[in-house]
Amino acid sequence: MHEEKNNHHIGYGTYVLVWIALLAFTSITVTIAGVSLGRYTLLVALFFAAIKSALVINIFMHIKFDEKIFKVFLLLSGFTLLVIFILTFFDFLYR
Amino acid sequence: MSSHNESAVAQNHVHRDEVGAKMGMWLFLFTELLLFGGLFLVYAVYRYQYPDQFHLAGMELNTGIGTLNTIILLTSSLTVALSIAAIQKRNKFLSVLMLTLTLTFALMFMVNKYFEWSAKFSHGIYPGSEELLSLPNGQILFFGLYYVMTGLHGLHVVIGIIILSIILVMIIKDKITYDNYTKLENSGLYWHLVDLIWIFLFPLFYLIQ
Amino acid sequence: MSDGNSTVIENSFYKQSTNKHTGILSWLLTVDHKRIGIMYGVTILFFFLVGVIIGVLMRLELIAPGKTIVDAQTYNSLFTLHGVIMIFLFIIPGLPAIFGNFFLPIQIGARDVAFPRLNLLSYYIYVLGAILALLSVILPGGAIDTGWTFYIPYSVRSNTNVSLPLLAAFILGFSSILTGLNFITTVHRLRAPGMTFFKMPLFVWATYATAWIQIIATPVVGITIVLVVLERLFGVGIFDPALGGDPILFQHLFWIYSHPAVYIMILPAMGVVSEIIPTFARRTIFGYKAIAMSSLAIAFVGYLVWAHHMFTSGMSDTARWIFSLLTFIVALPSGVKIFNWVATMYKGSIDPKPPFQWVMSFIFLFSIGGLTGLVLGSLATDIHVHDTYFVVAHFHFVMFGGTGTIFFAAIHYWFPKMFGRMYNDKLATLGVIGFFIGFLMLYFPKFIMGYMGMPRRYYDYLPQFANLQLISTIGSWVLALTIFFIVGYLIHALVKGKRATSNPWGGVTLEWHIQSPPPMENFKEIPIITHEPYDFSQLKEMKDE
Repeated sequence: MHEEKNNHHIGYGTYVLVWIALLAFTSITVTIAGVSLGRYTLLVALFFAAIKSALVINIFMHIKFDEKIFKVFLLLSGFTLLVIFILTFFDFLYR
Repeated sequence: MSSHNESAVAQNHVHRDEVGAKMGMWLFLFTELLLFGGLFLVYAVYRYQYPDQFHLAGMELNTGIGTLNTIILLTSSLTVALSIAAIQKRNKFLSVLMLTLTLTFALMFMVNKYFEWSAKFSHGIYPGSEELLSLPNGQILFFGLYYVMTGLHGLHVVIGIIILSIILVMIIKDKITYDNYTKLENSGLYWHLVDLIWIFLFPLFYLIQ
Repeated sequence: MSDGNSTVIENSFYKQSTNKHTGILSWLLTVDHKRIGIMYGVTILFFFLVGVIIGVLMRLELIAPGKTIVDAQTYNSLFTLHGVIMIFLFIIPGLPAIFGNFFLPIQIGARDVAFPRLNLLSYYIYVLGAILALLSVILPGGAIDTGWTFYIPYSVRSNTNVSLPLLAAFILGFSSILTGLNFITTVHRLRAPGMTFFKMPLFVWATYATAWIQIIATPVVGITIVLVVLERLFGVGIFDPALGGDPILFQHLFWIYSHPAVYIMILPAMGVVSEIIPTFARRTIFGYKAIAMSSLAIAFVGYLVWAHHMFTSGMSDTARWIFSLLTFIVALPSGVKIFNWVATMYKGSIDPKPPFQWVMSFIFLFSIGGLTGLVLGSLATDIHVHDTYFVVAHFHFVMFGGTGTIFFAAIHYWFPKMFGRMYNDKLATLGVIGFFIGFLMLYFPKFIMGYMGMPRRYYDYLPQFANLQLISTIGSWVLALTIFFIVGYLIHALVKGKRATSNPWGGVTLEWHIQSPPPMENFKEIPIITHEPYDFSQLKEMKDE
């Protein structure tokens, strides 16, 4: 009776692949943290964290295959958070 | 007239809106995102104000135990995803097994956290301690945020353990089946969020070298 | 139409319960959105009256210079409690929890909200928060005296019960979040067939936009409050300047929520106005899409302006001019609404019944509040009147003159539908007039005093303010008496009022298509929507039904 559901079922293999990728990115992050990159350390760490979270959200959390509106919601919340960060830093950067 | 009426009501109650339930869950996750977002904002401001002292204080944290916990959480995220995939393929046994594994990993995470925190406590570094208050301001703030953020995250792990345990029982009792697994999916979403937050906490606290 | 809703009188939701219980339990355990709305109504009205009484006591203390009825410490607690109760227990939940719960599902042609049990839970969470807030007054240590803004460092140092009301605010925020979550899902999932987004009544649009603010903004203040509590309980260094913290950061986090929160308060009120004006002008709303979109615009722009509360806090000059500039953007969507409302009335056949009179009063008071907001939003003038009575007056004009007035407008508009009874029009008109006069007497002198330099929250004042303070106090009596008068005739109408027909005002949104009070499941058959929301040509068909 559930043919109307547009659920895209992901196979076990995909999940395992994503998991391996996540572990790989973790080890890269840890390794790079040991190398002195000066002020770029934080940026690099956040960059890899962003990739990892994109993987988790898209595949593990299925948002890539779910209703489009969820993605819109997520972008909306993320965007609001970003705006809050930027505006707050207008105070602290120019103090 | 009234029988027609009742059937309409009954129909309304039997109807399950799975997309609606998931939408509600996502909306809840956004509130979690913004809750931790506020904390990350506090962290960002203080790190900007005290970069050197955050660096020094960050050296005190145990990168090894942090990395281990990251691997544990990522793996538990995998197992909960596999548990959902298994129930979709009507494999109840695998689903139960994967969820049990998830719970095991979650408990391991908390055990590690316990040892990590108690090591800090035995060094006299805890909120309000003389040892901590003798440190410069930036380090007091770092450890304050460290305890609050990892503590709040730990609280979410504990809540996750409780929720997933209930879900596990429901699968075993066939309350959650291949054609009715939204509750498992939603708990999975929550668990992934806990993982997601850790993905950011880890480099921000444990990898300031 | 054989199965038209008015042909067969069904049991109203008062007679038919969603559970097997009867009597009080059928209410306490109900999942019916209408009953939950009425439970919220009773609870919120109670706290509103408590807040009014505290306000009257404060004004009484200020009737003459020096000590009159209470000492300074009690006065500090009074203004804090007045703020906490009015903001967290009355005005934030007020319109969405009562009228949103009752009418949002009906207006989109649904039988209930998306998560009925969650809806009941959020009511009980509200009650729990309210009890904790009240408990903090009774417990030893004394009532909180920090002001409703809980500014650091005093909120960490004060020896009064600060943690408990903070916890209460956190819990109330949770209730607010759950309500918002429920409404968004309801709007997305439960609209009747044919009810596209652009056929939704504007009250639904406004409540939908509000729900988004409730979801996105509330967690930020939630975590801020938790941080202050942790700081008090365990001495964790977060905001306390003695430990290196930055008190201004607290103010940022507090206003990141609390500024959008004023849009949680005003947006549903604007939605109610957009319902009442077309109904009594017998004319479709002018600029429907513009009003709908301006609700979303206000919800979003509301996030960009919070630091205009902090111009004198010591934040950077760059931030000050940026936030001042951004603040003026809010005037655009608000202006769009006011112009469209006025344009709707133009050439309409206006029937000035009490709900419409309330709306007229709203437009006048809210415009004063809005325009004085420009004085506060521009950096240079704000520094002159910051933290004076001018701010207090502005806030009460927009919130009480705005949302508070519309709270009464909504009660008078939907009373026949909710309770199936009519009230006396003449008494209601008296109520509007008394409220208007009392309101202006109470709050307008505060603009003048503020401009002259009277600081807010002060226990005592210089003799030069004595006359204006006296007028203000007398105004508080007129206003309070009028409010009790209104509550009185409404309660009388509940028991003795004439029976209401299904459509006493000639409205066309879906709630007027069903009987008063509505049956338990709202619609026997889910309606199929073909009309625009304010298409008054339906009125003829509705009479034929």
